[in-house]
Amino acid sequence: MNDKKVIWKRKPLIKNRLLRIGLILLISTYLLSVFLTTEIDWQRILEGIPRGKNFIFAFFPPDFITRSDEILAGIFESLWMTIVATIVGILISIPVSLGAAKNIAPKFVYFLSRGVITLSRSFQEVILAIFFVKLMGFGPFAGMVTLSLSTIGFFAKLLSEDIEDINKSQAEAIKSTGSSWFQWVNYGVQPQVMPRFIGLSLYRFDINFRESAVIGIVGGGGIGSTLNTAFDRYEFETAAAVLIVIISIVMIVEYTSSHLRKLIK
Amino acid sequence: MPIIKQKDYKTWKKFDRKRDLQNWLCWFLGTLIFSFCFGLISSKTIWFYVFDSHNEALDLLGRMFPPETNYFFTLIKPIWDTLNIATIGTTIGTLIAIPLAFLSANNTTPSKKFLRPLALFCIVSSRSINSVIWALLLVAVVGPGVLAGIIAIGLRSIGFCGKLLYEAIEEIDENQIEAIEATGANKAQIMTFGIVPQILPAFTSISIYRWDINIREATVVGLVGAGGIGIELDAQIGDLAWAKVSVILLAIVVAVVFSEWITAKIRRCII
Repeated sequence: MNDKKVIWKRKPLIKNRLLRIGLILLISTYLLSVFLTTEIDWQRILEGIPRGKNFIFAFFPPDFITRSDEILAGIFESLWMTIVATIVGILISIPVSLGAAKNIAPKFVYFLSRGVITLSRSFQEVILAIFFVKLMGFGPFAGMVTLSLSTIGFFAKLLSEDIEDINKSQAEAIKSTGSSWFQWVNYGVQPQVMPRFIGLSLYRFDINFRESAVIGIVGGGGIGSTLNTAFDRYEFETAAAVLIVIISIVMIVEYTSSHLRKLIK
Repeated sequence: MPIIKQKDYKTWKKFDRKRDLQNWLCWFLGTLIFSFCFGLISSKTIWFYVFDSHNEALDLLGRMFPPETNYFFTLIKPIWDTLNIATIGTTIGTLIAIPLAFLSANNTTPSKKFLRPLALFCIVSSRSINSVIWALLLVAVVGPGVLAGIIAIGLRSIGFCGKLLYEAIEEIDENQIEAIEATGANKAQIMTFGIVPQILPAFTSISIYRWDINIREATVVGLVGAGGIGIELDAQIGDLAWAKVSVILLAIVVAVVFSEWITAKIRRCII
């Protein structure tokens, strides 16, 4: 060995030098173009800071008492909505997810079901809610329909991926006994996806409850309506109370659902 | 799996009698809860409007078609804004989520008693407040516009990325850390050479996944004034210009499908 010191250097993340430099250039041009095309009104932001301070201080102290009836009613309404919407959504998702599994459905049904899933996933709950509120009138029913429909996109997509991963030989064993299609699904496919099914339902319940807080803002009932009313009345103390209640309920639901999911595993 | 003897033949059932009864009870209770909840919802519903909704829907569709295709060209800027809100928001969110995730992971947190619960609280509260509500608050503070949307999306992403990232950190292989430690590395070196390479794949897939979600979320923050295509949507619905609304909806579908295609591509490149 000669006297030269051997220095170790970490390998770069992307091996190809050209690609590395190209990516950096691409990202920097993107950032520059974003910076140039977005209008940020610094004047307004500077003005907004004291205003924002007042706004945030208006939230304190949170006032649970003045509107406690409305808050309670809103939460229970959200809860009913969530329960019904999750159940209805899952019931519709089951046939859709069977249709969207490549190994079960014929091509035509597969593309149809995938189309349903994509459509349901593309629109955010709030946009769907605007339309259902317009079609069905204000109140929890429109919210429930919204949540059920958006459940389909989430639930059917993930469940169909699980159905595609099932152990084929088990399903074939059932088929070889001469079972009908329904028996085949019921005894060959369903037991294999059941753990995931339960996990997903709990997870979706959790999401639906959270979403029920926003669709109320556009008229879909539930705790969101209470929040919106509080904002409209400039009762920020009550709004703060509603937000705190939402956060704590989401925490409770999340902890219980993650514990339940661990138990099932 | 009991075999039941009938008079002259044997038959098979999936569950025995006790399990059957339990199953039946669960279904009964479930149906009971469902009907109870549905009853409460139905008592607050004006069914006349619901039964009339198909007429309303047909009417709406009639007004939406044919879409005003020329209108699309004015939408290019809002779509660009929407993409930016999602991208920059995701970047900010993930950047803040990284230290929070290290603070809240059991094996890397500097203080289990104080900092970990605090970091977890930040993560949970960011997760439980929807980006629309964040936007609603931020529009009041920084004024309507793209910036409020970026911050709202960023704040919402912190919780999601932080949670998934700290779970990834908790699952790392301790042996590799020990190997780095054995070379006499200090804390920062352990971090960069022991932990970061292990969570990098998880980190990239989490941020791409969140970006995909954020494209959808960015379409709605505009409804409360926080920039992007939502502002146009709100304005056109307010004007009852349904032929324009249908163009916006189509644009949203195209943007979402496009983002899904890109994420699938990137994921295939990385994994």
